[in-house]
Amino acid sequence: MARGEVLAVRQASVSLSGRSILKDIDFSLEAGEFCGLIGANGSGKTTLLRTILGFIAPSSGSVTIDSGGKLASVGYVPQKFALDPYMPMRARDLVALGLDGNRLGVPLPSPGRRRKVDEMLESVDATRFADQRIGNLSGGQQQRVLIAHALIRRPRLLLLDEPLANLDMRSVAGVVALLRRLSQEFQTSVLLSAHDMNPLLSAMDRIVYLAHGRAASGSTDAVVRTEVLSQLYGYHIDVVRVHGRVIVVAAEAEDDAQAAVAHDPVHVAQVP
Amino acid sequence: MDVQTLLSLLFEPGFFTSEPVRTAAVIGAAAAIVSGVVGVFTVIRGQSFAGHSLADVSSAGGSAAFLFGINPLLGFLGMGVLAAMSMELVRADRASERDLVTGVVTGAGLGVAALFLYLDMTTSSTTGAAVTVMFGSIFAIPASLVPLALLVGAGALLAIGVLYRPLLLSSLDPDLAAVRGVPVRLMGLLFLIVVALAVALSAITVGAILSTGLLIGPAAIALHLAKRPGLAILLAAVIGVAVTWGGILVSYDSYEWTGGRGWPVSFCIVMLIFVAYAVVAQTGPARERRQEHPLPSGEKPHVTSAG
Ligand SMILES: Nc1ncnc2c1ncn2[C@@H]1O[C@H](COP(=O)(O)OP(=O)(O)OP(=O)(O)O)[C@@H](O)[C@H]1O
Ligand SMILES: [Mg+2]
Repeated sequence: MARGEVLAVRQASVSLSGRSILKDIDFSLEAGEFCGLIGANGSGKTTLLRTILGFIAPSSGSVTIDSGGKLASVGYVPQKFALDPYMPMRARDLVALGLDGNRLGVPLPSPGRRRKVDEMLESVDATRFADQRIGNLSGGQQQRVLIAHALIRRPRLLLLDEPLANLDMRSVAGVVALLRRLSQEFQTSVLLSAHDMNPLLSAMDRIVYLAHGRAASGSTDAVVRTEVLSQLYGYHIDVVRVHGRVIVVAAEAEDDAQAAVAHDPVHVAQVP
Repeated sequence: MDVQTLLSLLFEPGFFTSEPVRTAAVIGAAAAIVSGVVGVFTVIRGQSFAGHSLADVSSAGGSAAFLFGINPLLGFLGMGVLAAMSMELVRADRASERDLVTGVVTGAGLGVAALFLYLDMTTSSTTGAAVTVMFGSIFAIPASLVPLALLVGAGALLAIGVLYRPLLLSSLDPDLAAVRGVPVRLMGLLFLIVVALAVALSAITVGAILSTGLLIGPAAIALHLAKRPGLAILLAAVIGVAVTWGGILVSYDSYEWTGGRGWPVSFCIVMLIFVAYAVVAQTGPARERRQEHPLPSGEKPHVTSAG
């Protein structure tokens, strides 16, 4: 693993139930880098993140995380977070569990612990709803609480699975700005999956683009190009830039091609 | 009416001096506290069915204890812990699969219980064991059982106290817990063993079948009322003790109203739980609509402009 790298994924392949899902994925993240993991539904974003977390073992290749000597080196915000509304837990209780949820014993009230939790809630702008049941919070509010839970130990690496899905446009911009700021403040590398790269264009230092089980990675300008994506998809792809937005369109109306990039043309309609 | 007459109306003569009542009150409270505490975790983990299943399977142990004349608490405990371990060791990742395994194990356990109870009936020619194992006879508990019951209860509470935070986190979301280094599967196994302890205690109190009422009922009421975990647990324990003692009292008093026949304690306890739940479910704050959050001052509402 090279100096300054926090995460190195080397030629990693993953199979699930005998099906090959990811092939020869290769990229690395440096300290404090902000990276978008972009791909359509079913392209393997969740699978890749779970492999990095160690929940799935790669069939070949390797995943290395440099913990930098920290115990809590990775934070995670899952895609599906099904919460029972009756869960007897306030936003601040969940954030506190991020701090010491692995410790044995009943937590004793301590001013230091409370201050850390308050500060973290403040950083993600969640102070307003800190004392409400998490099950009663909106999706966007829960998202912020989960980010606080994941970040309170200041991990070296933060993985977020589709944190922008289910957010309205204003909240998307807010969460991206928040993550960018926290990543710089805490020197945490961020790897964030999304099916639309547009909200991330200004924030990303690097992109990992997934299609057909393979990945292209590098700076956005290097990866989001007609030649690179056409090679990744295996058929001609046009990358169109309009009004500072990127639109990925399949030239042929192949069913498969349409399915693979169908998510992108939809955004044309959203341009304000 | 003065306090004296009111009290004598509430408590029939002999209530406080009766030895069986005192034993029932102590063991009942222990069972209720443990069930309340463990019940909160059972409900938030979505394991109510597993809890009920453990009770059913443990009744095989309870009925074997009757047949062979050993301590019934040990019978319930042994079988319950065994069932807990086998249910966790069968690797079932999907919820539906887990339910199937649990259902099949429950059927087998109840079948064995039926066999032992039948053998017991044919050898001792009474049907008393069946009622005691399934529906409990709290006034018949010998005082000699108290130390073991308190020990089991203390063990269960200690385990929950030690596992508190990792258990809470893994109940909330196993992935979040795993990322924080919590051994999620071990947590699941240890927790189910603690459920078996709670269930064994309730089984000798309200009977194996009704133990679910004591495990889930007070916890469900507490979850309606409390919005933080510690408070929910405390409340569930208090509610459990209240309905148990209330049930014992109503049952004791009912001998008077029913011409000496009396109502079973188990019936009185679960009916109190049912009524309490019905009341809370109607009025509890959890039923309130989600609160709206006003925008903080200075933030303008977002207006989308087309084109
Ligand atoms: N346990 C499994 N067994 C077999 N195939 C699986 C399994 N889990 C996921 N897959 C397949 O792996 C592929 C990638 O799934 P994954 O969930 O990683 O996609 P994703 O990019 O996260 O999609 P989404 O945007 O919908 O969240 C899909 O084709 C899916 O059907
Ligand atoms: Mg996914």
